[in-house]
Amino acid sequence: MKTICFYFQIHQPFRLKRYRFFDIGKDSYYYDDFLNESIIARLVRESYIPALHTLFEMIEESGKQFKVAFSISGIAIEQFEIYAPEVLELLQKLNKTGCVEFLGETYAHSLSSLIDPTEFMNQVYKHSAKIESLFGKRPKVFRNTELIYSEEVAAEVSKLGFKGMLAEGAKHILGWKSPNYIYRSMAAPNLKLLMRNFKFSDDITFRFSDYNWSEYPLTADKYMNWIAATDPKEQVFCLFMSLDALGGIQKAESGIFDFMKALPYFAKEKNISFSTPSEAIKRYEVMDSITTLHPFSWADEERDTTAWLGNKLQTEAFEKLYSIGERVRLCSDRRIQQDWSYLQCSDHFYYMSTKHFADGSVHKLFSPYESPFEAFTNYMNVLSDFITRVEAQYPSSIENEELNSLLQTIHNQADEIHLLKDEIKKLKSKKPKAGA
Amino acid sequence: MFGWEFPPHILGGLGTASYGLTKGMVECGDMDITFVIPKPWGDEDKSFAKIVGANCTPVVWKDVTYQYVEKRIGYCTDPQTYFDMRNHIYADFSYMHTNDLGCIEFSGRYPENLLEEINNYSIVAGVIARTESFDIIHSHDWLTYPAGIHAKKVTGKPLVIHVHATDFDRSRGNVNPKVFAIEKDGMNYADHIITVSDLTRRTVIEKYGINPSKVTTVHNAVEPISPQIEALKPERNTNDKVVTFLGRITMQKGPEYFVEAAAKVLKRTKGVRFVMAGSGDKMEEMIQLAADRDIADKFHFTGFLKGMQVYEMLKSSDVYIMPSVSEPFGISPLEAMQVGVPSIISKQSGCAEILNNVIKTDYWDIDSMADAIYSIVTYPAMYEHLRIEGKNEVDQIVWTKAGQKVIDIYNNILNH
Repeated sequence: MKTICFYFQIHQPFRLKRYRFFDIGKDSYYYDDFLNESIIARLVRESYIPALHTLFEMIEESGKQFKVAFSISGIAIEQFEIYAPEVLELLQKLNKTGCVEFLGETYAHSLSSLIDPTEFMNQVYKHSAKIESLFGKRPKVFRNTELIYSEEVAAEVSKLGFKGMLAEGAKHILGWKSPNYIYRSMAAPNLKLLMRNFKFSDDITFRFSDYNWSEYPLTADKYMNWIAATDPKEQVFCLFMSLDALGGIQKAESGIFDFMKALPYFAKEKNISFSTPSEAIKRYEVMDSITTLHPFSWADEERDTTAWLGNKLQTEAFEKLYSIGERVRLCSDRRIQQDWSYLQCSDHFYYMSTKHFADGSVHKLFSPYESPFEAFTNYMNVLSDFITRVEAQYPSSIENEELNSLLQTIHNQADEIHLLKDEIKKLKSKKPKAGA
Repeated sequence: MFGWEFPPHILGGLGTASYGLTKGMVECGDMDITFVIPKPWGDEDKSFAKIVGANCTPVVWKDVTYQYVEKRIGYCTDPQTYFDMRNHIYADFSYMHTNDLGCIEFSGRYPENLLEEINNYSIVAGVIARTESFDIIHSHDWLTYPAGIHAKKVTGKPLVIHVHATDFDRSRGNVNPKVFAIEKDGMNYADHIITVSDLTRRTVIEKYGINPSKVTTVHNAVEPISPQIEALKPERNTNDKVVTFLGRITMQKGPEYFVEAAAKVLKRTKGVRFVMAGSGDKMEEMIQLAADRDIADKFHFTGFLKGMQVYEMLKSSDVYIMPSVSEPFGISPLEAMQVGVPSIISKQSGCAEILNNVIKTDYWDIDSMADAIYSIVTYPAMYEHLRIEGKNEVDQIVWTKAGQKVIDIYNNILNH
């Protein structure tokens, strides 16, 4: 029996405000609240709320046959907490149906998996804890930022206790293999992989309302026929997309919500089921293993990491940021921890991409900046201020090891003072007795 | 073609652009170009175009010998051309001041009596148009529009005018009515108008009321740099980063915004110096302004630079900046990028339409400009990216492409 594995990503960064170099050292609030709030408000209105309602209806009307998975970055959750708590409530309502799975990822939707394993681990823990506190279950399947997959990440993820992971069904990785099976990671054989079927996914995300597309208009009937018509041995169809594909990229007027609502009916007709990622990896057998030399993702035509780390500007900003990682982790200042997390968002690096000079497209669409150079300058100015703040806590003249041992000493001394104080108290309380 | 300047004796971007375009067109093949300038010096590159000097073209018949002509103007003109021209004098201009050869003298610059010189140039154009054979007339910039119109009236051949700038750019809107009239006249008579940017195209359409279908943009390009310039290794006398403004110090170029941005940067940053290279009517005002802002110790004026000095200056810079208020095209950032200098340009310049690997700011946005300067001098990745990618990009912008577009326009007109 064929099964469809729907997964939706929900993520929005905290966009930075215009931050001039004269602000460095003077102003340490970096975010454009107005812009962030208005973007969230628009997405919630146009996409998130109607889309989640639609998914809820689909579950109810199909008699809980419809299944779906979400991954929500910690940063998106924070924004919902501030601007749109109704989205979280709706997600909790969906969660209660039992047909929904929440996936693990990095809290900050960061690229830390590519450079800083400690940071990566911390963020995954932080995110898992957040998801557990909201939805009562720790994630079992992992989805890395922008579906970035590499052997190292897979090993790391497996070590963190995840059973499965999502990845892009990239042609240059799969070669002649089909994405419609379960695979396992070469580096971590216990980690099962779900490969995104980019053809079927992008039919919905990008082509659904495209008049120039030869298959326009796409109906649920036709779509399910395509899936049913694949080789009978191909069984798992992973449709991964961003939630704003429903209502955001494909507007409500395009009929996308009705299309979605009709899917379970036609699926049943064709004897196709729905599964969450956890169910899929449990039920279906592993076909083969996947190996890769370079990290790959779901971005751009190349499906690599050049959308975020493709030019000098991006790599410089990226390395600068993570060069202070260890130092930041020694800090206990909550504001610093918060900014550290917000600044790691992969989106900041995406805005610095110069690739769109050639292909014109998506990079520019999502950027609040006029040019990648402006994005870089703004980010670096913010980062300079941030680094100054971190250094103000602990001067950079002290090595990390030395600092660590000093902190340890202070900590030990604090403990010792506590002990001594207790002793004094004890002695003092004894004293009057002795006097009496 | 009628032009006003031709390298190596140039006063601004007009000469460079006319030269590059002509050369680019010839390289596309099957073109014979006669290029008229007011005053040739004899050292112009004649390998691809026939250079005719207006000051070597007789308008009054004088009885002179071949040898005499050769001795007088042989350095720049073939005496035979002189005699051919002499046979086509079309009216009696003996009331005018002419020299021993019957030619009108030209300064070839932008003198006080510029309007008179323009008029004289069009008188001479009448003789040239009657002598030379050609299919199309191409006038570079307003100074030569009257000449182009005259030639068109005489021969009936189609006229293309090339708008390198309009008076709206030069005057920040306070247009000289006489200049405007000449420009408007040229545009009305032209069979087609070529502008150097979409910015200029809009000006032509909106301010001069020209039918948009008659106006096409052909962006300028840049000549590859010579090995001589490539080899140039100027010594740097400071470890500070150098931010350079290079061009005429006039209202059009927005020099005051550069000074203000410099003041902002210097308030927060050490190890940066600013250079304003060039001369112009706003120079003294700028020196005063730099002193008022208390940055004169870090803000330097070089005076007018020519030839190799320009490239020496560019090569010893870390940032090039062109805050022009209105720049029809602006070729100098392309030259800076050729030698690997990251550039900041105003969005109000035509070259912003075709350049990607530069930082673009509004000319009035000194905050943003200061920020861009700071970013390039502070963040090595920014500098490196703009240096390398900028050079790669500008190396693709060649005159043959522009030349081909102009040839296509010619063919279009001739086939109609």
